[in-house]
Amino acid sequence: MESVQHKHPPYLLIWLYLFLLTAAELGLAFELPISRNLKLLLLLGTALWKALLVAMFFMHLKFEKWNLRMLFIIPLPLAVILVLAVITEKIW
Amino acid sequence: MTTADARAMQPPFPAERGVDAYNTKLGMWVFLASEVMFFTALIGAYIILRFGAPGEWARPGTVLNVPVTAFNTFLLICSSVSMVKAYASIADGNQKLLKFWFLVTIICGASFVGVQAYEYLHLIHRGFVPSGVRDGSELAELVANGTLPGASLGLYGSTFYTMTGFHGFHVTCGVISMIYLYLTKVLPGKYTQQNYGGVEVIGLYWHFVDLVWIILFTIVYLI
Repeated sequence: MESVQHKHPPYLLIWLYLFLLTAAELGLAFELPISRNLKLLLLLGTALWKALLVAMFFMHLKFEKWNLRMLFIIPLPLAVILVLAVITEKIW
Repeated sequence: MTTADARAMQPPFPAERGVDAYNTKLGMWVFLASEVMFFTALIGAYIILRFGAPGEWARPGTVLNVPVTAFNTFLLICSSVSMVKAYASIADGNQKLLKFWFLVTIICGASFVGVQAYEYLHLIHRGFVPSGVRDGSELAELVANGTLPGASLGLYGSTFYTMTGFHGFHVTCGVISMIYLYLTKVLPGKYTQQNYGGVEVIGLYWHFVDLVWIILFTIVYLI
C-alpha cells in the first residue's frame, strides 16, 4: 500500500528550521527583555509555527486531499471552544 | 444472480474515492483526531488551573531543568526527521537507507524516554512530586525562603506530571511499536517500493507525538 506520489520536500532544511526556531524560543524565554504578554504571544506563535511545519511537511498534510486535512483540523476549533467555555465559566 | 439484479445492487451514483487513503492510514488519522481532543483536554485543564491557581505560578526554569529538556526536544525533532527520511527512502525503493533511518528513529525515541526518566528522577530527588513539594527537600527550602510560590506548587506538580507523563507514555508505545516493526518487517525486507504503508502509518503517529511535544515544551517549560 502506498500514498499518492509527490516530490519529497527538503526534510533536512525543515529540520534546520525547526532547530533554529527552538533555539529562538529559548532565547526569547530567557534572554529577551520584553513584556510578559508579548513574550507569551511570540512563544505561542513560534510553537504553533513549528507544529504547523511538522504537520504540513513531515505528516504530509500539505499533499493530502482537503477532506483528510479537515479530519485533523476540525477538532482544533472545537477544542478551543471547549477551553474558552470553561475559562469563561465564572463570568456566567 | 441475473444481470438485472446485479444492476439493481449498483449505487445510484458514481463511486467516489473519498479521502484517497488506504484503511490503516485513514484509521490512524481518525485515531490522531481523537488524540488531538485528548491532549487538548489536558492542555486546556492546565491553562484553566494555571490561571485559576491561588497566588503566582513558578517562573520558568526555577523548578524544571530547561537545558536538559531542550536537548530532549532536539532529540525528538531529530527522530521525526529520521522517520520521514525512512519513509522517503522506502518510497524511493532504498531498503538499506530505510533500515538505517528507522534504527536512528528508534535510538532517538528511546533516548528521549531515557532522558525523561532521568529528568523525573532528578526532579523527585529535588523534592518536586505530583502533589507539590516534599517536606525537607531542596525545593521545600526555596518555598520556605520565598523564592518559590508554595500555594500553586501542588497544581503545578499534578499538571506537569500528568501532561508529560501521558506524552512519555505515547512515546514509549511508539518506540515499542517501532522496535516490533523493525524486527518483523524492516529487517527482513518486507517493505518495498510498492508496499510501505506500515512505515507511513507509524510515521504519522510518531510525527504527531513530536508535534504534541513542541506545544507541551513551550507551554510547560518556557511560559
